[in-house]
Amino acid sequence: MTIKNEQIEKHGLKLEEYKKIKELLGRDSNLLELGIFSAMWNEHCSYKSSKIHLKKLPTKNNIVIQGPGENAGVIDIGDDDAIVFKIESHNHPSFIEPYQGAATGVGGILRDVFTMGARPIALMNSIHFGSPENKKTQNLLNGVVSGIGGYGNSVGIPTVGGETKFNRTYNENILVNAMAVGHVNKNKIFYSKAKGINKPVVYVGSKTGRDGIHGATMASAEFDENSEEKKPTVQVGDPFTEKLLLEACLELMKKNSIISIQDMGAAGLTSSSIEMASKGNVGIELNLNKVPCRENNMTPYEMMLSESQERMLIILDDNKENEAKKIFDKWDLDFVVIGKTTDSKRLILNFDDKKVADIPITALADEAPQYNRKWTTSKNKKKELKLKSLKKIKIEEALLRILSSPDHSNKSWITNQFDQSVMCDTIQKSGGDAAVIRIHKKEKAISVSVDSSANYCNADAKIGGKQIICENWRNLISVGSKPLAITNCLNFGSPEKPEVMGEFVECIEGMKEACEFLNFPVVSGNVSFYNETNSKSIFPTPVIGGIGIFENLKKIINMKSKKVGNLIIIIGKTLGHMEQTTFMRDIYSINEGCPPEVNLVNEKNNGLAVSKLINDNLVSSCHDVSSGGIIVALAEMSMASMLGLKIVKPKKFKDLNEYFYAEDQGRYLLEIERNNLKKIEDILKKNNIFFEIIAEVQNDIFEVDKTFSIKTKELFDYSNKWFKNFNAVN
Amino acid sequence: MRSSVIVFPGSNCDRDIAVVLEKLQFKNSMVWHKETTLPKSDLIILPGGFSYGDYLRSGAIAAKSNILNEVIKAGKNGCLIIGICNGFQILIECGLLQGALLRNSGLKFVSKDIFVRVQTNKNKFFNKYKNGEVLKLNIAHNEGNFFTNQKHLIELEEKELIPIKYCNEKGSIISESNPNGSLNNIAGILNKNKNILGMMPHPERMADKINSDQKGLPLFLSLMN
Repeated sequence: MTIKNEQIEKHGLKLEEYKKIKELLGRDSNLLELGIFSAMWNEHCSYKSSKIHLKKLPTKNNIVIQGPGENAGVIDIGDDDAIVFKIESHNHPSFIEPYQGAATGVGGILRDVFTMGARPIALMNSIHFGSPENKKTQNLLNGVVSGIGGYGNSVGIPTVGGETKFNRTYNENILVNAMAVGHVNKNKIFYSKAKGINKPVVYVGSKTGRDGIHGATMASAEFDENSEEKKPTVQVGDPFTEKLLLEACLELMKKNSIISIQDMGAAGLTSSSIEMASKGNVGIELNLNKVPCRENNMTPYEMMLSESQERMLIILDDNKENEAKKIFDKWDLDFVVIGKTTDSKRLILNFDDKKVADIPITALADEAPQYNRKWTTSKNKKKELKLKSLKKIKIEEALLRILSSPDHSNKSWITNQFDQSVMCDTIQKSGGDAAVIRIHKKEKAISVSVDSSANYCNADAKIGGKQIICENWRNLISVGSKPLAITNCLNFGSPEKPEVMGEFVECIEGMKEACEFLNFPVVSGNVSFYNETNSKSIFPTPVIGGIGIFENLKKIINMKSKKVGNLIIIIGKTLGHMEQTTFMRDIYSINEGCPPEVNLVNEKNNGLAVSKLINDNLVSSCHDVSSGGIIVALAEMSMASMLGLKIVKPKKFKDLNEYFYAEDQGRYLLEIERNNLKKIEDILKKNNIFFEIIAEVQNDIFEVDKTFSIKTKELFDYSNKWFKNFNAVN
Repeated sequence: MRSSVIVFPGSNCDRDIAVVLEKLQFKNSMVWHKETTLPKSDLIILPGGFSYGDYLRSGAIAAKSNILNEVIKAGKNGCLIIGICNGFQILIECGLLQGALLRNSGLKFVSKDIFVRVQTNKNKFFNKYKNGEVLKLNIAHNEGNFFTNQKHLIELEEKELIPIKYCNEKGSIISESNPNGSLNNIAGILNKNKNILGMMPHPERMADKINSDQKGLPLFLSLMN
């Protein structure tokens, strides 16, 4: 049988890639083998366009136990405790079928974490939708939010935070990124590397159906008008089975019987078996007649490429089958030995007593194409903004508009659909700068924050990349934790376009600089290319998920202003950077100009100073200044506790809006007790940190001295309007 | 005090309850749903979660599991039983409590901190609270909208079988503070003998001072007498 060009293209492979396949096999492939190559060589699995650039990111330091390359990253948090975490995209499936797409995104990332032996302790998400005016947005928002909740709530892992943004760049290509965090004893981590010959390869979990066939190839192709016909390639999630699989795996992991374990994620049985074999430098032979199937007459092609959810592949040590099977029987899950490891270093598949595929493992993994794609530097978008010529707007009018805009309004309509409290270790839920989760039964906790800033990245990918690392770091500092490491999900357009590739390369460059300077390594992540429809790319959207540590539960703080009479100081200088701000976008619909510069030295010094003050118990509440500038950050502190603020006017700024809405970086708001002011001044001056007193906490009025005054309750009502109105339409 | 927490496939608040019971030094056993005998227990807890994935109808399949026969027997013999959230749904499905838990009126899963008012402390479960006391608890459910017939409702109200109702922070029982459309703002009910309690809010989530004001704790303490 010869493979036709049309079949090759249908599998998302280029003709020259097939030529290489023929060389590697020394013959034509059959259709099953073509399917397997296409699953392994697509962008989603092979990282063929991104690999050479991802290598530039710092991935190691003294706390990193496992960097990129495994199911998830692992960091050491002391006392034998380790944190396992990763973020992953499920953008394409979620646009086609929002509920199942989002749900299985959560399921997949949970498996990545418990495959390594960790009990998941928190879920986060970053979801981006098109403009609210787009007629698809409401349905997508509803579907994605209930899908995320439907899965996480059922498995019983708290969804403790995230971010939701709207921009017309996502009209035809939404983003659904899910992050999972788990806790494991650092001496009991499980890896996917196979070891030993003639060891049983065991299939556990759900049965294999025809769902999701070629999902990974779909995720590597851009959308067109026919995309909605791709529904059958979206997998269907079953959180109930996931919960059983989670408990069964963790129970088995307590015994000494697993050599290696890998979840069947994208490209299912294909990628899991090949990854295990490739890492262990062994061969693997499977008898496909043994694969538990949900439907009749499934072909080897369908079994190998199915993306049915809630399945795992385990390589067991000798004589452990009975012990292991007992556990899976208890949980009513399939447990079938479907093959063995071999010394052939080949993937051999048998079906009906015939060999149906025979491929060298290295051909699928190491020989996968890698491209150094052409890239051009992202367009220079520098343009002077003439603020003076714009029609003036009152501070309070702009504030109310921003607070009632989709991006800045209260997100409880979303977060109330997520169980944030199950497991009883959630100390700080969503709505703060970072979520805080206690390590079960221990006197320590971790912080988690997920952040993105596509507008900045679109204006300048390098500054944007740098900025978002810093913002994430700042969020972890703001709750009192010490930032440790990150995972990233890089959502971009087609890498085959030099300008998109340029955004990618420059964004990585910016991230690298910031991560290195802040000693904030990247330990896991995911690249999602081809986020475009009809050749229109989304804004480059790197999403960062960061983890921080508290060694003492008493050092946890939040952004709720605490006591009437306390002072609020701002750390970090306000220069008045207005380009690319929320203010310019929301009030004047101006999207031009550069994002704010990031000064890494100031960023680090300011952050460390804030950390020191929190550690010395000198801070009552803290909030970082980000999108929306000082006034929005102050309003958020005020609304969090319903106490008011009396804000002083800056002396140096003629245009108050330039002071209150600028988005200069590296700034924090700190609430302090008056009698600590002297002590704090001394520490900050000694460290050369710029600061000034900006407000005083008062009863229930939010006001700027001699300018405007409004009840905090009224601010709160404005911020709660948008979601209610938007969803009341239907 | 000996307690048994029943674990169904899909239960996910079993550990949370066990942590509280162990802290209070209950002699607690975790009992797998396939078991056919129950350890000697003074208290049985059906925990929250998604038993059997909530497939068919929340609690419906769990109500038919092996161990439930023993739970029903124990309940009829006066053993104290608490069903929380999915546990409440199971108690209704197996007939130990009357009524129905419908889909939330907002048609969405609701998870948030809410307030309930203690309507009566004249029962084993709430005797450590004051009548009229307002408790901040947490809810997380899709089907918590309690419904029953008029006759049963009157009986519940008259015989003091409704220990908690949803209210606002100040204790007013108003429709704005009803999170799921529940009849008369009912958050939990007792059987006639007052030995079986079903409630949608999770007291175990408000038992630790690191993340709550511990208003859920007295419920467990009151059982220790």
